[in-house]
Amino acid sequence: MTNTAAQAQRGYGSERAAFFAGMRDIVGAPGFVLAATYVGYGSLVRVSEWPVWLGLLNSLTGWAIPGQIVLVELFATGAPLAAIAIAVWLTNMRLLPMTLALMPMLMAPGVPRWRYYGAAHFIAVTGWVQAMRECPLLPLEERHPYFTGFAGSLFVMTLGATTVGYYLAGSVPTSVSLGLVFLNPIYFMLIFAADARSRGRIMALGSGAVCGPLFHIVSPTWGLMLTGLVAGTAAFAADRLLPASGAAR
Amino acid sequence: MSGPLLQAALLAIAAAAVVTYFWRGLGVLLAGRLHPESALVSWIAAVAYAMLAGLIARIIVMPIGPLATTSLSARLAAAVLAAALFYLSRRNLILGVSAGGAALVLLTQAGF
Repeated sequence: MTNTAAQAQRGYGSERAAFFAGMRDIVGAPGFVLAATYVGYGSLVRVSEWPVWLGLLNSLTGWAIPGQIVLVELFATGAPLAAIAIAVWLTNMRLLPMTLALMPMLMAPGVPRWRYYGAAHFIAVTGWVQAMRECPLLPLEERHPYFTGFAGSLFVMTLGATTVGYYLAGSVPTSVSLGLVFLNPIYFMLIFAADARSRGRIMALGSGAVCGPLFHIVSPTWGLMLTGLVAGTAAFAADRLLPASGAAR
Repeated sequence: MSGPLLQAALLAIAAAAVVTYFWRGLGVLLAGRLHPESALVSWIAAVAYAMLAGLIARIIVMPIGPLATTSLSARLAAAVLAAALFYLSRRNLILGVSAGGAALVLLTQAGF
């Protein structure tokens, strides 16, 4: 985010430089907010009486905060394995459209497929939003290293934050940890608001924000998927079908 | 954590790892056949943005977990304040999110 669009347009000069640029770009709001979020997750792990390594193992193998919280909380209620697996599966369904929207843009000729399968493990909202915004400005071969540098460093950083949160738990007042947990949705609300530039994007975000809570009331299980399909399709169709007003202005 | 409980937790983590990577792996598998500038990818991106906006709105309006103990009016007031400061400060993200978090803490402590 420190770089201007004009700088990025030229690219960073090499794949290596793009990787390090991605690493640098977590400094600031993305790193701050995700650290706070994982401090909150670490204290949840502690409160749930898990050993710290178990909480870290969950981060290593199933990174992306909403699913991780569902896992820890459902496990605490004594839910059966199948119920936990289905809940995490449904919670993480958003990763499919996210991967499908991002990956075609990251793929460059001559790069072995396994690299993309590796990079996909780091797809989560923070890195996805950043890559959807920055990568179109980069030369093709620098996009995937930039994303891996950014999201991969966030991944490593959250392991440290989880550990800090685990050992801080109890020494922070409950209301303060509530504030930490709240940073995450507020952060995404603000970056989406700032990101809403094209008409289609504004309609998708707006209709999604309205449908999300409503469809959740209708069905907590399928609400999120319905929101994506109904609000996303409506926004896409409306953007295609409505005349491009104001384009000439 | 006792032995059987630890074993159950490890199984749950393994299951979560499989079902989570399922979406990511499937995405990479199918992405190879998609053209980034195609209408299909634009539609999928619209679905992804709508899902994420819906998820965030749901977390703010009806959260699950620790945030569920705060009141809706406190969360909405904190969100509005965060957005206002974000725009007034020429889109300073750290200021916006910090104000939102701090406002929720203070409002909750004040009994809202």
